[in-house]
Amino acid sequence: MDLQTTIYLVVGASFALYIGIALWARAGSTSEFYVAGGGVGPRVNGMATAADWMSAASFISMAGLISNMGYGGGLFLMGWTGGYVLLALLLAPYLRKFGKFTVPQFIGDRFYSKSASTVAVVCLLTASLTYVIGQMTGVGVAFSRFLGVSSETGIYVGMGIVFVYAVLGGMKGITYTQVAQYVVLIFAYTVPAIFISLHLTGNPIPQLGLGSNLVGQDISLLQKLDTIVVELGFGEYTTTTAGSTLNMFVYTLSLMIGTAGLPHVIMRFFTVPTVAAARSSAGWALVFIAILYTTAPAVAGMAKYNLLSTVNTAVATNGDLYAPESSLEVSKQPDWMARWAKTGLLKFEDKNGDGRIQYYNDKTKSEEAKAKAEAAGWKGNELTVNPDIIVLANPEIALLPNWVIALVAAGGLAAALSTAAGLLLAISSAISHDLVKGVFNPNISEKGELMAGKIAMAVSIFVAGYLGLNPPGFAAGTVALAFGIAASSLFPAIMMGIFSKKMNKEGAIAGMLAGLLITLFYVFAHKGIFFIKGTEFLDLIGGPNPFFGITPEAFGAVGALFNFIVAFVVDKFTKEPPEHIQHLVESVRTPRGSKAVDGAH
Amino acid sequence: MDKSGEAYWKATLGLLTKILAVWFLVSFGAGILFADMLNGIHLGGYPLGFWFAHQGSMYIFVALIFIYAKKMGEIDRKFDVHEE
Repeated sequence: MDLQTTIYLVVGASFALYIGIALWARAGSTSEFYVAGGGVGPRVNGMATAADWMSAASFISMAGLISNMGYGGGLFLMGWTGGYVLLALLLAPYLRKFGKFTVPQFIGDRFYSKSASTVAVVCLLTASLTYVIGQMTGVGVAFSRFLGVSSETGIYVGMGIVFVYAVLGGMKGITYTQVAQYVVLIFAYTVPAIFISLHLTGNPIPQLGLGSNLVGQDISLLQKLDTIVVELGFGEYTTTTAGSTLNMFVYTLSLMIGTAGLPHVIMRFFTVPTVAAARSSAGWALVFIAILYTTAPAVAGMAKYNLLSTVNTAVATNGDLYAPESSLEVSKQPDWMARWAKTGLLKFEDKNGDGRIQYYNDKTKSEEAKAKAEAAGWKGNELTVNPDIIVLANPEIALLPNWVIALVAAGGLAAALSTAAGLLLAISSAISHDLVKGVFNPNISEKGELMAGKIAMAVSIFVAGYLGLNPPGFAAGTVALAFGIAASSLFPAIMMGIFSKKMNKEGAIAGMLAGLLITLFYVFAHKGIFFIKGTEFLDLIGGPNPFFGITPEAFGAVGALFNFIVAFVVDKFTKEPPEHIQHLVESVRTPRGSKAVDGAH
Repeated sequence: MDKSGEAYWKATLGLLTKILAVWFLVSFGAGILFADMLNGIHLGGYPLGFWFAHQGSMYIFVALIFIYAKKMGEIDRKFDVHEE
């Protein structure tokens, strides 16, 4: 069977599975629509949370980023997993005890203010909408690269699939499809990694393989990688940081706080039956996430080694990397290089006209590497590799059979679709529950609200699809913004709502707005107002990264700090929250008396 | 809040502090601030600081959440505020 047919079969089978689940898990009440009826076990919820959380970026892009960044890429690994410790300890069990459908509802009730909940809705919508654009484009990308259809067609098909299970089933449909999607994506990710690890190091467990010796050599994979990349003028793989150590520190912290504050993740913990289940479920979620996240650095390092040894034959033979015959002849390039060159993800330009591909860092600061390249007659780096290839072309680089390639296609789609569905639910429930029921029409019947929820979901899917089809030109920069907003506005507000009995509405609202605005200000200064090109105002704030060299992507933690400070200062000068709110906080802090989640305002 | 409620919350915060201290030490400490120093030590083929950043901190995070869940359950029962 040829590759294309195999891919169609595997992807088609996975879609049939999702639709089958959707028909089985239809939502008949608001409780089923918002929280899957509230009876999801901690392991099942953990698995669904893992799929909800791991997006197209985690599946397709992360390993490639780490591959390029080396040690510094660890900030994604620690940041995106360490957030679950914060979520488990500081938020999830308490919000579960509170027992309502949405995050803005907690903020609105705890800070006894419709304005507070509306500010939270605005933060939630901005964070989730920017995030969902990336998922939709991810669906389009996966379709166009693997199934040979246009990315527009891909987005339409993706919208159709999500529509079926999200509108019919709400959280119930999404939960069970996410479980299936997790299974698909984790197989798709680990199977190629196991083969590659076995091939390079003889150890089938990638996490151990990365720390092992290369087959037939007396040197560890990482040590060899360090030697080669340094000789080619790149930074050492195991020590190169992402910017300054301070920036890496703050960036990691921002991703952690942002992860804990993302509403579509928090919401998943409303579906478990008890407070104790919410605690352990966060642990299970992280187990399932860590299976992929600990494999990713192995994929990153091994793919880097594979790429280097493909392009430069001296890598495997321990020969002279700069010898003329070491560089790969263009006519002898493997099939996968030619195939991916067509997609534009891999570019080759024979700058010195020798018919061979030279891959090195031509902007190196190492005098030694510079001198060697010059002596060898190299006229600049000739190969550019998009980080996404590392995962997408992995099975081909490792010469794995067609069904593995098909599995990776289905896995990429599962990752993008599961995250899109979770985000869409967060968006539609904020609209139908917090705006329609909470603000505009408090007397709406349960049936009416369920209908409003389904309509909001359908509309959200079309908006997300539209934005995916017409990405506003700033799609790439927006995921960082989603984390920045979640970290600087939502996380501190929820945390203070639980851990400070005396925090009042004035403090919370001022804090959320301050955190949100300063983060937007810093990001827009670098990337343009609402990401419109030409509206950057870096001069005004004194050049790029003026705040201790912190990059805009890493700024969320600073925004959160700002939020806390403003909130406590305002709180000092305004009056205490009423008595019943302080009792509410006390009751949120103890598990006894937890009941099924409901939506009463 | 009554006496036992206050004691319960104090015990909870004590546990959170301990767990977050470890959370901080393995990621921000071993994985970032002291990574260079730890890289002198090797764990198999891994330099130790690099291992913490790319592997170790994640394993420890998982363990931390389960330890937290278990200890919190014990605290709940001790102060008789657990769910039925």
